[in-house]
Amino acid sequence: MGQTVAQKIFDAHVVDRPAADVWVLRLDAVFCHEITTPTAIMDLVRRGRDRVFDPDRIKAVIDHVTPAKDSKTALQGKILRDWARRHHIRDFFDVGRNGVCHVLFPEKGFVRPGTTVIMGDSHTCTHGAFGAFTPGVGTTDLAVGILKGVCAFRMPRTMKVTLTGALRPGVFAKDVILSLIGRIGTDGATDRIVEFDGPVVAAMNMDARMTLCNMTVEAGGTCGICYPDEVTVDYLWEFIRASYPDRQAAAADFRRWRPDPDAVYEEVIVHDVSALEPVTTFGLKPDNVRPVREMQGTPIDQVFIGSCTNGRLDDLRAAARVLAGKQIHPHVRGILCPTTPQIYSQALAEGLIRIFLDAGFCVTNPTCGPCLGMSSGVLAEGEVCASTSNRNFNGRMGRGGTVHLMSPATAAASAVAGCIRNSELFQG
Amino acid sequence: MKTFGGKVLFLDRSDINTDEIIPAKYLTEIDRDALKPYLFEDLKVDGFDPRRDLPGRQVVVSRANFGCGSSREHAPWALEANGIRLVIAESFARIFRQNMFNCGLLAVELPSAAIDRLFKEFAHRPTSAAADIAHAVIEIRADPHAEKVPFALAPFDRALVEAGGWLEYADARY
Repeated sequence: MGQTVAQKIFDAHVVDRPAADVWVLRLDAVFCHEITTPTAIMDLVRRGRDRVFDPDRIKAVIDHVTPAKDSKTALQGKILRDWARRHHIRDFFDVGRNGVCHVLFPEKGFVRPGTTVIMGDSHTCTHGAFGAFTPGVGTTDLAVGILKGVCAFRMPRTMKVTLTGALRPGVFAKDVILSLIGRIGTDGATDRIVEFDGPVVAAMNMDARMTLCNMTVEAGGTCGICYPDEVTVDYLWEFIRASYPDRQAAAADFRRWRPDPDAVYEEVIVHDVSALEPVTTFGLKPDNVRPVREMQGTPIDQVFIGSCTNGRLDDLRAAARVLAGKQIHPHVRGILCPTTPQIYSQALAEGLIRIFLDAGFCVTNPTCGPCLGMSSGVLAEGEVCASTSNRNFNGRMGRGGTVHLMSPATAAASAVAGCIRNSELFQG
Repeated sequence: MKTFGGKVLFLDRSDINTDEIIPAKYLTEIDRDALKPYLFEDLKVDGFDPRRDLPGRQVVVSRANFGCGSSREHAPWALEANGIRLVIAESFARIFRQNMFNCGLLAVELPSAAIDRLFKEFAHRPTSAAADIAHAVIEIRADPHAEKVPFALAPFDRALVEAGGWLEYADARY
């Protein structure tokens, strides 16, 4: 019987089967940030188990609240920083070199096809874009991962989503994943891996594939998976070139991490995107999705462009195309958060930052902050934010605030209009 | 092993997410007990007021996809800080469910018909519930009425509860 990608990865990493449906896997990497890791560190210290399984396989970043905003967040940063030094974790990224984990770690080449990665963060599912098994976990799983380099999972059930057709101009990966979540619901992929397949994925660059996989958890998915191909090789080439004679050889090797033709799926969905138009959310759940057209004119107070979903270079480029030569509405506060120093720097070089500044945007340092109302960009009661992030939960960006999720192009157009609006990139 | 039972808080809504269980602004706490006053602060359920309805409750009964969203283990910690070690629901989000068992806490899934019945029979009156791990049975009581509801407890989940959590289990084994 043929295998799915996840089944192949499980077979290659299993170290124990403590029960029929439980697989304990060897971890290729454990990613850490300063919100969920300090409690794990303190737990291990308290138990006299302050060790790490392999300092080179642990990657750590301060990204949620950075620079620290108060004494409590300063302490969280200090606990992570001291721990990284004490255990000689070389890949630790602090103020000035830090960025949003799910953008920074791929950018550093830390995610490879066929590998296993955990992190104490639900959006770790993003990294499946490289053809890896990358579930988000809680702090206890993280603590065991740090100490032992293993994690337990139930045998993955996989659903395949075949994206057919072609995206119209002005329609992006964000619209695709939101429309899929709207179709299958917030538990439509619970406890499942979502393999993305089809010509639409093949045509996407890694930024778009990461956007796609990033929001699989909003449908309950364990992680998204895109099949590694030449696009994956090109993205990783500077990190893997010593291992392969040429790119073709790398692509051939990566093909090990594709499903067998006779792989068995729990469900197969064909999602045609040809008629898809830009979408946004309207309620307090990410499956409350409808066309931007139907939400047009909804007043907004703030626009946030950033996050692990849509704070990458391609996202900034799309928003800047819409904003070029324009001013945002006087009643709208625009917040741009380039998610890594490299993206920030490249956006400067390409003149994108100038466009945002001229339009009236505030440009922040790389941080997760505004997306979850932790450190900046918090909404007041009754305020509305058009956001490129991933969650519209009640209170997500501040108590009593409302969040509408959308693509960077739609967010930029809405910033100019002062209300939700389609961008002119979309000719509907 | 911990014990699992007490007065029941009925939360009649699906998709209760971990931001509602414990808002992100409190994730700056590094002490689990400090989360206690903030449990369900942003929860939107008709008629629910955490200050009035939460004190003295040790069991939560809810609907589908409980604990969706963020991976924050602060959600089970905030529940346990309030004495809640047992959540019964139609279904759970994967990470929340795993976090519960990893902490040695109990997340019990019951079929939707059984959950419907619990809401219909018990939600309008003071009810207590207790989990018997050895027999995988929940005993539900609202005097003079009492009934036993069997539940599925996978061997590995049982082992985690009996060990007191995944760190205890894994440290002894790997």
